[in-house]
Amino acid sequence: MSAIAEPTPKNFELLPKDGDGELLEVAMGPHHPSTHGVFRMDVVLDGERVVKLKPVFGYLHRNHEKIAEGTSYLGSMPYTDRLDYFCSLTNNWAYALAVEKLAGLQVPERAEYIRVITAELTRLQNHACLIGFLVQDMGASGTPLMYAFREREKILDLFESLTGARMMCNYMRFGGCRCDLPDGWLAQAQKVVDEFPKFIDEFENFLSSNEILMARTQGVGVLPRELAINAGITGPMLRAAGINYDLRKVDNYGIYGRFQFRVPLGDHGDVFDRYMIRVLEMRESVKILQQALPKIPTGPIIDPKTKLRGFRPKAGEAYGRIEAPKGELGFYLISDGGPNPYRYRVRPPSLINLTVLEDMCLGQMIADVVIILGSVDIVLGEVDR
Amino acid sequence: METLEQIKAQIEAAVPGARLEIIPNDSPSAQRSLLVAAENGLAVAKFLRDDPELHLDYCSNATGVDWPEAELTEKIKVKKVVDGVEKEAEEVKKTVRPAYLEAVYHLYSMAKKHGPIILRLRTENRVEKNHLPSLTPVWRSCEFQEREIFDLYGIVFDGHPDLRRILMWDGFKDFPMRRDYVAPDDYEYEPTPHDDVLEKAKQHRAQEVKS
Amino acid sequence: MDEGLKNELQKQGVFTTTLEDIYNWGRKNSVWPLQFGLACCAIEMIATSMARYDLARFGAEVFRPSPRQADLMIVAGTVTKKMAPQVVRLYNQMPEPKYVIAMGACAISGGPFKQGYNVLKGIDRYIPVDVHIPGCPPRPEALLHAFMTLQQKIADQQLTGVNRPRHLQVDAPSEFTVPKFGEHDLEPSSNPAVWQAPALVR
Repeated sequence: MSAIAEPTPKNFELLPKDGDGELLEVAMGPHHPSTHGVFRMDVVLDGERVVKLKPVFGYLHRNHEKIAEGTSYLGSMPYTDRLDYFCSLTNNWAYALAVEKLAGLQVPERAEYIRVITAELTRLQNHACLIGFLVQDMGASGTPLMYAFREREKILDLFESLTGARMMCNYMRFGGCRCDLPDGWLAQAQKVVDEFPKFIDEFENFLSSNEILMARTQGVGVLPRELAINAGITGPMLRAAGINYDLRKVDNYGIYGRFQFRVPLGDHGDVFDRYMIRVLEMRESVKILQQALPKIPTGPIIDPKTKLRGFRPKAGEAYGRIEAPKGELGFYLISDGGPNPYRYRVRPPSLINLTVLEDMCLGQMIADVVIILGSVDIVLGEVDR
Repeated sequence: METLEQIKAQIEAAVPGARLEIIPNDSPSAQRSLLVAAENGLAVAKFLRDDPELHLDYCSNATGVDWPEAELTEKIKVKKVVDGVEKEAEEVKKTVRPAYLEAVYHLYSMAKKHGPIILRLRTENRVEKNHLPSLTPVWRSCEFQEREIFDLYGIVFDGHPDLRRILMWDGFKDFPMRRDYVAPDDYEYEPTPHDDVLEKAKQHRAQEVKS
Repeated sequence: MDEGLKNELQKQGVFTTTLEDIYNWGRKNSVWPLQFGLACCAIEMIATSMARYDLARFGAEVFRPSPRQADLMIVAGTVTKKMAPQVVRLYNQMPEPKYVIAMGACAISGGPFKQGYNVLKGIDRYIPVDVHIPGCPPRPEALLHAFMTLQQKIADQQLTGVNRPRHLQVDAPSEFTVPKFGEHDLEPSSNPAVWQAPALVR
């Protein structure tokens, strides 16, 4: 390796060398009670105002991509669960979609419905938990998060009876799903979905017009539209800035074209809008679920052409993406005709959404940095992979 | 959206002297890509973003790929005249693919809702000519992704505002996502029927016995 | 004190106990964990402390943000090589007596990510671990079981004699070497005082 020209890294100094000593550099993280996982921010403060902020990554870099390049295509499916560990089913779907593009597989109708149902349930529990964590970061210690986890447990019970695992579902397969719905699952899911709006109402009663929440979030962490597009921000954060770009509508992947739902858009692009977008998206997800659950057809759940063992797609490449709860989750695969992918790349929404963290935090108070970070909705398993 | 051939013609008209090549993709996804010479990279990217028809304002994914030197074998059918009779025979054609590193960009348009256009930039080799122009000035979304490519593949992006290691620590010397990277031998392999794993296990055991 | 004699006295209405029992009883029912999550398992740890599984029943719901106030470190998730020095440093900053639960396959051995170049193959290479929980991730019930195992372990500790716990031995180390970032790997790659490579028997 010695022959390789060693790229000279730039000297990285946060504080100016000839500083007058009035600036304070704080390393928030990697062990920090309010950050979402092992994430670190090097913050330079002037009093309580943020002058500079640099995120530091890699504390959960567990080499997902390298391991996947040494494993069979199917062998990577359980690893995708552990990317964004709140939303294992949407991760499964994104990976399955990329491989289906690569190998040209068709997904049966029933499997498409199951995918939509599980993905929207995932979105419900992700957004509920995110709001819980966000409000916890604001200092409402415990209670909102307990409400959110109460609902989450109901959805996790559904996942468990369907897939056998609470969090790491490993459920989707190339060209379909692993197993069919158990008896009575649809009725149980219908019950959970019917009750969910009650929880959203309850949450909103407590939070949406809460004076403290409004004071802490309105006008904080504003993200301008042009910057949002240029920085590749996706998901609820982009839509909170007022840009109508939802892959469920744009790409119409799966069978999303058949459902009636709206894409909620924000106006100001501040933390409050990001909170509100999540609440509204939960309502839209309930709408989709109410349409999908009664209509689910009978039939096979996996493409009969799929070979689960000895799967070797033709040489080529494919990029598949879906609208995960955090944003655009994409998988880029290069096949050389072998049993393992030659290149396996995850396009992580959480990492790219953090590009603008500094821009949003500059000039804000140090206490607001925590809630701005909370409103981005990151999961470190996906940021560092 | 126009076909890739039309886009290529547009770029050639807009960026004089641009060297472009369409990389075919035989897989069912049929996502073909555009290989751009490194020196034209920035100009082509600016054109793609600013052209009112294409308006590719959103760079979704930027990633690196390592291509070490490899011998490619290709079977071609050749017509041969053997004893006055024309016969078809298979011949194995061998070509040596030179080693290079590659950066791949997936571009979409949020305004026009189309895409993807896939750009590829290649370095001259994997050792010392590992420089590419950074596209971060065009799309901010490349900032962390190019840092990641630099960290894991060792491509140096000229013009990047803050090119440091992102995932590994600062003093780290290797580029772990390269195909020839050897990870530290620090765990015991389970005995498996795979020959290469068994070989690794034996090596690890020999080392352990020594220490 | 002899267990039989104690029972006999209790039958007569005389309740006796030992200082050791009282001391351990107090300690085992107020184990305060460090609020410290690394990866996926941390979510199950949070779920355990929520209403459904209710860690408060075991006196351990007070998650402390500062290592100085915590008795128990739950290593919940994959420890990467970049994170390992910080984990050891946090452990060193905790006051004695301190306990460690390695939660999940990654914290025990690297788990599914064992082949990764940046993954530490088990936190027990640098700090002593009291309870290991298998699973990926372990269910909340498994974490509760680990708590009960730890409580039993604390209750069984003898305060005198050669088997007394580490915090009562004067010359036993309380801090462990913090590894440094090397050019290719952590240096040292394990702490020989805590961990030796297992002898493989084939």
